[in-house]
Amino acid sequence: MLILTCPACGIAADETELHPGGEAHVARAGPHASEEAFSDYLFSRENPRGVHFERWRHAMGCGKWFHAARCTVTLEIFGTYRADCTAPPEALLERIRAARPGWSWRDFK
Amino acid sequence: MSERVTPAAGGRNGALRIMGPESRGMVTLRADLADETIAAALGDVLPLGVPGRREGRHDGAKGALWMSPDELLLLCERDGAGALVARIGEALDGLHHLVADMSDARAVFTLEGEEYREVLAKLGPADMSPRGLAHGEVRRTRLGQIPAALWLRGDTRAEVICFRSVAGYLHDLLWQAAAPGGRVGYFQRADGPPA
Repeated sequence: MLILTCPACGIAADETELHPGGEAHVARAGPHASEEAFSDYLFSRENPRGVHFERWRHAMGCGKWFHAARCTVTLEIFGTYRADCTAPPEALLERIRAARPGWSWRDFK
Repeated sequence: MSERVTPAAGGRNGALRIMGPESRGMVTLRADLADETIAAALGDVLPLGVPGRREGRHDGAKGALWMSPDELLLLCERDGAGALVARIGEALDGLHHLVADMSDARAVFTLEGEEYREVLAKLGPADMSPRGLAHGEVRRTRLGQIPAALWLRGDTRAEVICFRSVAGYLHDLLWQAAAPGGRVGYFQRADGPPA
């Protein structure tokens, strides 16, 4: 069972209050992107064994979207952060570096 | 216009008195609550002010409940909602906002009895211990299969707000969870939640 702290309302919400929103920080290709790049944007997703960044929505609570960083193996939660950003906050990345030396996720290390 | 349809009124079940569903005057206001211009413009219209995060304020039939960083639920007399919507609309004229009379969309249950924490804890994932949910706090969560807002008014009184269309479901859910013989007593136990 996952428990994520919603940054909008501060509630430690259990998984049944949340709705998953898939991979975080997916940037739309285009408007003049190649078909290959647009296909990647639509269909290619990370499937890491370890650190992962995801979007979640506090559906049965305040209704807000937010981001979460967690480990797919141990379900450890490294932190949650607000939805309106294109990259994880540096403090969170620092925390993950300390907990998982040598990790990488897309361009983040 | 069609009449509002609500399920039969509740009563006492075991140690808990379940009252409702009651149709109350409710106005939803969506605006950036952190914006000081909004708070200043609302000044006289909201005598209770803008509540802080997860806070519920009340004064008689009037209430102001924090729903999310950009949503307030305002309680008023059942027939006063239309006028309140108009007053807020005037006060926030020119500012980005949305205000709507939601009285017909929602129902309120009132739980009376010392065991309301026990009963609500059976139905959802919210931390119902006194440390996890304090008096005056509004906790939006899940009860059974539906979203609901819990508002603790005191040691023996809590209010539960849900959509009117699922009020019958919530009534049955509360009724069954409060049934005599189903007492858990977790919050009274010595090895219960940490103080």
